[in-house]
Order: sequence, then C-alpha cells, then structure tokens
Amino acid sequence: MADTNGHDGKPASAGTPAAGGNGASGSGNGGNGGSKLQAVIAGAKATQTRAIEELKETVKAPEKTDVWKSVLRVKHDETPRSRALGVLSNVFLHLHPAKINRDAVAYNYTWGMGGMTFYVYITLVFTGTLLMFYYHPSKIVAFRDILYLESDVPFGKLLRNMHRWGAHLMVIMVELHMFRVFLTGSYKKPREFNWVVGVLLLVLTLLLSFTGYLLPDDQLGFWAVTVGTNMARATPLLGHAGPFGPQLGMTPFNDVRFGLLGGSIVDANALLRAYIWHCVAIPIIASAFMVVHFWRVRKDGGISGPAPVMLESEIKDVKKI
Amino acid sequence: MDLHQLWTILSLPDNVPIVLLLFVVPFYTWYGLRQAFANDRLIAQLEGDPAMAKTHHRKVQPFKTGWTREVHVWPYLLRIEFLAAIIVTVILMVWSITLNAPLEEPSNPTLTMNPSKAPWYFLGLQEMLVYFDPWMAGVVMPSLIIVGLMVIPYIDTNPLGNGYYTYKQRKFSILTFIFGFIVLWVSMIVIGTLIRGPGWMWFWPGTTWDHNRLIFEVNRDLPDLFGITGRVAKIIFGAIVVGLYLGAAGVAIHKLITKTAFNRKIYARMSVLQYIVMQTFLVIMLALPVKILIRLMFRIKYIWVTPWFNI
Repeated sequence: MADTNGHDGKPASAGTPAAGGNGASGSGNGGNGGSKLQAVIAGAKATQTRAIEELKETVKAPEKTDVWKSVLRVKHDETPRSRALGVLSNVFLHLHPAKINRDAVAYNYTWGMGGMTFYVYITLVFTGTLLMFYYHPSKIVAFRDILYLESDVPFGKLLRNMHRWGAHLMVIMVELHMFRVFLTGSYKKPREFNWVVGVLLLVLTLLLSFTGYLLPDDQLGFWAVTVGTNMARATPLLGHAGPFGPQLGMTPFNDVRFGLLGGSIVDANALLRAYIWHCVAIPIIASAFMVVHFWRVRKDGGISGPAPVMLESEIKDVKKI
Repeated sequence: MDLHQLWTILSLPDNVPIVLLLFVVPFYTWYGLRQAFANDRLIAQLEGDPAMAKTHHRKVQPFKTGWTREVHVWPYLLRIEFLAAIIVTVILMVWSITLNAPLEEPSNPTLTMNPSKAPWYFLGLQEMLVYFDPWMAGVVMPSLIIVGLMVIPYIDTNPLGNGYYTYKQRKFSILTFIFGFIVLWVSMIVIGTLIRGPGWMWFWPGTTWDHNRLIFEVNRDLPDLFGITGRVAKIIFGAIVVGLYLGAAGVAIHKLITKTAFNRKIYARMSVLQYIVMQTFLVIMLALPVKILIRLMFRIKYIWVTPWFNI
C-alpha cells in the first residue's frame, strides 16, 4: 500500500511544478496541453488508488460499511449480548429464545421432528409454487401438463418427485412428532391447547396431501378420491346414503359429498375444487395454525424439556372448585 | 412363495413410505422407551433416597457442577437446525432422483382399478370399512379419532411425566396411546398396503394376487344366529347387545383405570365430566378390535340391524 502511494505520488508531484513552469514561460501549446493531460491522468490515478484502498477496507471488514449496518441493524461482536441480539433482532430467527436449556439441544429428546416438518412444509410450498407454473386445473389438460412436466420441463420430473415424496415425508414426520410429544407428556399443563392446535395441523396435513392426490388426474388419484369421497355420502344426517340422511331430504345433488365435489361425480368441478383447496385455502389455513402453534410454544415456556423428573410423593392436591 | 409379487408390492413407489414406516416407527418407539426406562431407574433411585432427591439435578443427562444451565441458541441450536435442513434436503433429493412419483393412465370413470386404494395414510380407515359400514368407518370413527386426540390433555389428570420420558409414572396413558397408534393405526395401514389385494381380499405376503379368486364367505348378522326375524325384535335385540357391550367394556375399563393404588390416586383427581368423556372414547376405541375379532372369528357382519343404520 505504502509502495503504491509513493510510486503514484512521484509523477503527480513532478507533474505539478512542470505545469506551473509551462504556464509561467508561456511556451508551446503542445507542451501546455500535455501537462494538463498529465494532471488529469495523475488525478485519475489518485482516485483509482483511493478506490482500491476503500474496496480493500470493505472486503477486509464488510461489517463496518453503512450498507451492512443498515441490513443487520445491530453490531455483532463475540459477546453474549451480541449473540442474543443476533437471534432476537432477526425476523427469521426471532421465534427462538436467546438461550435454551442445555439438554434441550440434544437430538434424543425432541427427535427434531417438529422443526423438520416445518422445513419440509417450506420445501413443499417452494416446489408446489414452481409446479403451479406448469399446471392447469382443467380436465382437458391436467394430465397432459403432468406428461409435459415430466418429459419437457427442465428438472420437471425432479420437481414433481420432490413434491410427492416431500408430502409423504411430512405425514410421517407429523405422526412421529405427535408420538414424541405424547411420550414426553408435553401436552400437559400449560401446553394443553397447543396439542389441540397440533391435532388440527395433523388433520390439515392429511387434507393437503389428499387434495393433492387428485391433481395429476390419473387413475390412481381419481379412484382414491372416488373411494374417499364416497364415504362422505354415508355421513349421518348430511349424506344421502347415511343414517337418517334420506329422511332429512338428502339426495346425491344436495348432500355433503355434492358440496365437496361440486357435482355428483368426480369431474372437472372436483378437480378445480381440489386445486383451490390444495394450493390456496388449506396452505393459508395451515400457515395460520402454524403461526399460532409456534407462538404458543414460546408463550408456554419454550419446549417442554427435558424437565427434571417429578416424584409421586410430590404430587400436589387438586384444587376443588 | 411368490417373491416377485412381494417385490411388486414393496417396490411400488407409493408404498415406499410404508416400508419406511416399518423401520422408523419401531426405531423411535425403542428410542423413546429406552429413555423412559432410564428415567424410571433414576426415579426409583430418588424415591429410595430422599436425601439424594433433595440435591440431585434430576436428569439422566450428564451434568457437572459449574456448567451453565442454558446455552445460546446462536450457535448451539441454529447449527443443528441448519444441519437438519441440509440432511433432510439431501434425503429428499436422493429419494427424488432415484424414485419416480407414480403416474397411472389418465383417469377413466369406466375402468375401475382393482384394488382401488386410498392414499396410504387413509388405508387404516379403508381397512375399517371391512368391519363397519361407511358412515361409521368413514365419518364417525375419523371424527372421533380427531376429537379424541384433542381431548387427551383435558382428561389426563396425571401430573407426572410432564416434559420427560417415563413409562412407570404413566403406564396407562402410554400403553393406550401405543395401542391406538401402533396396534390400530399403523398396523392397519400396513395390512391395507401389504396384505389387501384384488377385491380387498386377504393375501398373505408372498402369495400371488389372484384376480380370479373367489371367497364364498357367508357373513351372518347376530340376530339371525339367534333366530330373530322380526324387524322390531331385531332393533330391540341389537340395542340390548350393544348396550351389554357398552356396559361390559365400561366396567372393564373402570377396573383398568382403578387397578393399582397409583391409578386410583389419579382417578380420584378426575371430575365426573372428565371420567365420562374418557370412558366414552375408550369404549368406542375398544369397539374396533372387538368388532374385528367378531368378524374374523365368527363371520358376523352386523350386531344391530335397523332400517336406518347397521352396526
């Protein structure tokens, strides 16, 4: 750095008296123009040097730039306070507390299923959105769209596979998450209501997967949905083949199955309904419940454990109302 | 032994999750119960030594005095989350590259698939259709499963085992959940996937799916076995039998709830409403395996025959 300065400084300092001398003697125009040019070059070189210097400083310590500070808002040092702020002042990380129980980070307690379920949900939203670019929810082209996706769209097959297997993975993970929460008794006070929200999320997960099943419009999805919705016609009171349904005036054209399919058979309306439930309605509802679920985890005191064991002799008497 | 048939079923892309389930569910059951038994040993130790119970940190996790009780989320939790995200992505990528999602022929309402199966997570319900009418298996039972799961926190009055694995302190609830989740839900999914073949008939793993197989199975209704023919008589008879079941199951469950001294202690903490709700759900849950046994052992289809519904 110092070398470059010295090297660049020499012609600059040599150029200035030369220019002054030319002006005083008033000699040839060519000489005057040449010295002006030299001054401009010298100025440009000085600017270049400064730019290089500033760039090097930026690369060496990017956290000191205004842009960096504006994005991250707080300073990050190797201090506990700074580590806490790094989590708390970040919009994506602020769902976490600043500190957690040291045993709670061990994999064997939580199995990590809740977090991984959420991550798989995010990948499903991502791949699903990309799939929506290539899919029309219409009886005429739906199946062809899948063929087109699989054979002509770059990475289309991978995209569909990831969406399909991600959905299966999510169902398995949700069930295992529930199993773990039960085994650790984490639904007990004060987390009762969050368990209820979790059950609703399980149902929504199954519904998301089921509504997606029909969309390729192939034999597999068609008959699965036919079998599934045929049960709805047997709904007590509200289905035309269910107990007390006919007595209440239920027919294939006004019962609960008709409402689900938008018709009396699985056809174009059913495809459109499945599409809207799958891509718009249920994801929004599920996201809302997820927000509540995560928020309640924090408000109920973070994850449940591993808590210190309690002994039978320490049970307190129940309060009588 | 038709290994080819077995392979055809197991390698069906949509059945891969079931194969995964066959490994993952036993593994995590073992993984959780192992920690439960470790905690139970600690609990037994602390109960035998009150002085130790006062000073012990009460966890089986390694602990040294001087260690801080809490750690920073950044980096100790976030690095695990980051790693987990990478691992899940890799698994999903590899799975998606090696195995293609199924795509059958275009949908055709005139060509019925045989067997036509629901997605794997609903196969438990589809399997239930063998034993109950659709209104029961497809509507009432699923609703009861959902509501039954939701009421669990409100009827479990056992304050022990909150936030740690234990078996000894929560025997009844853990055995009930494992019965519901593994014995009923998962195993019925496995039966529906691996064993049910064309015509939803029972094919043991390794036997060939014979599309022309016929089973001359005479299913009888319970009133017919007793020679009851009248419509009203059948309704009354069915109501009595179902009532007898509800009573017997209720008594059996009550005996189970109040079996040990500890169980009676927890029972004493329940309100009447909590007890009634718990009894209702347990009696209905028990009805499923009872109906399965009646159907498979005695070939009885309906217990209660009425003009409006059959059970």
